[in-house]
Amino acid sequence: MDRLVFLLATGLARGAVLALFALSLVIVWRAARAVNFAQAAMAVCAVYIAFALTAASGSYWLGLAGGLAAGAALGAAVERGLMRRLPHLTPLPGMICAIGLVMVLQSGLAIAFGPEHRPMRPPFSQSPFVIGGVPVLSPYDLFVLVTAAAVMGALALLFAGTSLGLRLRAAAFAPETSRLLGVRVPRMVTIGWALSVAAAALAAILLVPTELGLNPHAADLLFVNAFAVAVIGGLDSPAGALAAGLGVGVLVSLTTGYVSASAAPLAVLALLTAVLLLRPGGLFAAREARRA
Amino acid sequence: MRTLLRAALITLLAIAATFGLDPFRNYQLATAAGVFAAVAGLTVLIGLTGQLSLGHAVLMAAGGYGYAATATAVDAAAPDAGPAALLAGLAGAAAASGALGLLLGMAAARLRGPYLAGLTLALVIALPSAANVLPLGGEQGLSAPFLPVPEALSALIAVEQWHAWLAILISAAAVTPLVLLRAGRPGLRMRAVLGDETAAALAGVRPGPVKTAAFVASAVPAGLGGAVLAVATQQVTPGGYGLAFSLTLVVAAVIGGLGSIGGAAIGAVLVVALPWLVDTAVEAVPADLGQRLNGNLAVLLFGAVVIAATLARPDGAAGLLARLRRPTPAAPTPATPSTNTER
Amino acid sequence: MHTPARTATAAALAAATAVALAACSTPADDEAPGVTDDTVTIGTHQPLTGPAAAGYSAISAATSAYFAYLNDNGGVHGRDIEYIVKDDGYDPSATQSAVRELVTEDEVLAIVNGLGTPTHSAVLDYLDEQEVPDLFVSSGSLTWNQPGVYPNTFAFNADYVTEGAALAQYAVEQRPDATICVLGQDDDYGEGILEGVETVVDGNAIAEIQTYSTANEDVTAQIGAMMAAGCEVNVLGTINGFTAMAVGTAAALDWAPQWYVSSSGGDYPTLVGYLGEDVAPALLQGMVSVNYLPFSPDDPWVALFRQINDDYNDGAPFTGNTVFGMSVGYLFAEALAAAGEDPTRASLVAAVESGELLGNGIVPLSYGPDDHAAYRSVGITVVDDGVQDYTGTVYSVDAGQVTTVEAEPVPLANDGIPQPPEE
Repeated sequence: MDRLVFLLATGLARGAVLALFALSLVIVWRAARAVNFAQAAMAVCAVYIAFALTAASGSYWLGLAGGLAAGAALGAAVERGLMRRLPHLTPLPGMICAIGLVMVLQSGLAIAFGPEHRPMRPPFSQSPFVIGGVPVLSPYDLFVLVTAAAVMGALALLFAGTSLGLRLRAAAFAPETSRLLGVRVPRMVTIGWALSVAAAALAAILLVPTELGLNPHAADLLFVNAFAVAVIGGLDSPAGALAAGLGVGVLVSLTTGYVSASAAPLAVLALLTAVLLLRPGGLFAAREARRA
Repeated sequence: MRTLLRAALITLLAIAATFGLDPFRNYQLATAAGVFAAVAGLTVLIGLTGQLSLGHAVLMAAGGYGYAATATAVDAAAPDAGPAALLAGLAGAAAASGALGLLLGMAAARLRGPYLAGLTLALVIALPSAANVLPLGGEQGLSAPFLPVPEALSALIAVEQWHAWLAILISAAAVTPLVLLRAGRPGLRMRAVLGDETAAALAGVRPGPVKTAAFVASAVPAGLGGAVLAVATQQVTPGGYGLAFSLTLVVAAVIGGLGSIGGAAIGAVLVVALPWLVDTAVEAVPADLGQRLNGNLAVLLFGAVVIAATLARPDGAAGLLARLRRPTPAAPTPATPSTNTER
Repeated sequence: MHTPARTATAAALAAATAVALAACSTPADDEAPGVTDDTVTIGTHQPLTGPAAAGYSAISAATSAYFAYLNDNGGVHGRDIEYIVKDDGYDPSATQSAVRELVTEDEVLAIVNGLGTPTHSAVLDYLDEQEVPDLFVSSGSLTWNQPGVYPNTFAFNADYVTEGAALAQYAVEQRPDATICVLGQDDDYGEGILEGVETVVDGNAIAEIQTYSTANEDVTAQIGAMMAAGCEVNVLGTINGFTAMAVGTAAALDWAPQWYVSSSGGDYPTLVGYLGEDVAPALLQGMVSVNYLPFSPDDPWVALFRQINDDYNDGAPFTGNTVFGMSVGYLFAEALAAAGEDPTRASLVAAVESGELLGNGIVPLSYGPDDHAAYRSVGITVVDDGVQDYTGTVYSVDAGQVTTVEAEPVPLANDGIPQPPEE
């Protein structure tokens, strides 16, 4: 029982980061109908900037802000400089370009900073509170959960309640009609990319202190799991990303604790298969995406 | 018939080419032949039915494991049985990859583009775990029997050249049916499904079975490609079929030109030769920049080439060839992003 | 339609490209490829890129630095050593390609210190068929010590079973009543360490056995389980990064068990790099590990290697990997010097098998005609006050029996430049 509570708490904290990264994939999917395979490499670039700023200034928060800004700038730059120049009839050229970008960014980072892991300090303690003799969440875990929830809330407001959010969605769903209605579609796509990579950078900044340290491959597994999470939740659905993220986080934690570490990827695969067989568009699929 | 003759001619040409290559180049050629079979399967799948699989490395691995297990068993039961181990191994490879392809295809028939991509990606990540949990030898993998040069030829050719011959023949046997399939009625059905599923259904083509069948037809050559690699390296390990390799297969298919078998050949040779060429070029430059550059620069340049090639020719090398053959520019493709991008 | 004709053209083009790539070299079938009047060329495969690069890319850099030092001091028999390092990214199929290129294109005399169990396993049969000396494999698998099957393959690391047994023996002697647990990597490394522990401690007496996978950088669930099981001595078959992660995770849970770590994951300077200099000394206080190479701060070998590291390796961080890489370089130079004025593949293998190589370990090398293991005994090290040093306890492990032996460190001679044996 104690062990179950411990594993559940650990899973929730890891799941929050997964959910946030999955949300970033949902954003770029909603804005540009694209899956960005370079999301992890771009996010890690932003983390290196956050790391450098923190090291130079001594302030975690300055690094965090700088990392987010760098992520947004990188997202906009990649959309303007690369993705826009590709045909959009099929998603493949964009995907191949992104794979090329992963190679360039990761090897570039390895050349510039070396392959070593650089330890990153969390802004809050990682020692968990002990409740009834069971260690549960640490202050840092709470910070991660609160941050993830806040970002989710803010983005939900943005998409549902503001004119910018409406224009973003309109530009993605019906670009021709939106253009006729005066929406500046290209700008909306750029904004979508910038928001998405900033969110991914935030997830990576939250993740790295819980791992071995910052290195060019620090977010690789995060991307792969988050992609599975986004698909489970439904690529169009921020709520789906949240629910599936927490669910997959707990699943991985429980499988590792009760079965073995090597069973965890199989458990994720099994969950993904089961969900897709029952709901091919993901758990929270919109009706439109479910016709098939 | 013409296709078969042409296939035989190309196979003979390729075998003749092995005489011009040294052992290492023949080894690379054998590797490229294995990759070619997998990329050919993938390019037909994506190009004709629009199903984006990121997991073809796992189908190759399934073929490799199927080959290694069967060939080793036959070799142990009947040593000196000559080609029996090889043939049984190939049957095992086709069966293993075909079965996995059928399962994936049944799931794929219900899924749209990114959802299928997500499922196949998770499959690639789960491969090392599966190798640990199933009796597949864990990280060390399974070993496959070493096929020595037949005595009649041993004075003439080295073992690498013999393996290149085997690789070319297996790949030819794997890809030729794919060419026939693509040119015949099944190809038409697949294109119909790609064009408009509703219209295809009205015309009596059921999209689900067509998509599943296409997945199986794509999985078997991939599995035979895995068998080719097992013949050349006498080994199947999960590490050899990781995420990077799986994505490289997609890169090869797209760079070659989707749907084009010739493009798949170009793509396969490129992904085998390009990293090595870049590496060699980098070594030739006096590098005083230290150990960090070592290896990384090759990956960086390879990535840059992939980006540049995609920007220059989104339709791949096959599109470039078509353009060269036909001086008048092709009709402009409609550039309207619409909901059908959600394939 | 365009298809068949275009297919033919494209395939022909691809074939032509392949032909164009052909170089005109054929492998030399003399007895000493890679040896010229003034050079000896050898090669290795190492993970220089990809996730595994973090731990290991420093090794080949250190070996190269030692060879540069050696070449500046006259080389061996007047020949410079050219060390070709090929990247395989820890991917067995890339290893295949890299090693074949080294053997057939670069025509190396020997493969030296190829790194990794799954990677090197992939080329073991190939090197055997080609009769290439396969020296000082960088992994603790028992696979490399099979003189009957692989007559040209020699191990370098103490094997994992030996290390596990030595760690368990020390634990039993120091804390006879402690609860022992094992955390291991989910491959032959973790299994080897566990097997070693089980030769000393009855399998049922191990309170908790946990594994991790390198793909997932999180051991919270595993450490939680070990804590719940009341473990007091944790034997770790972990690579450095995961040792740091295990220690850090336990510290976050306010848990301070004893750590007994294999040599592949117990390198103090590397662990400090992961944990950070501020907290590492406290977290790692009392950590027990094993080693067989010179590592005491006041050891003359260490002083020499530090100097070489400063002069020839841009003053890269000096860690256990640096000592490891340079020790491999020294041992190869010693073997080459003993292989005669005009070394061949056969004379190189004979030199290693002669049993007369000394190496630079704190215990004797065990190479011989029937034994291709390098180190069959290991010394216990402990971290105290931020310094990792030998305790003086040395165990020899043979056929499941652990015995205490005396350390016999090889003294540094002639500034680390091996001399040809006296006639």
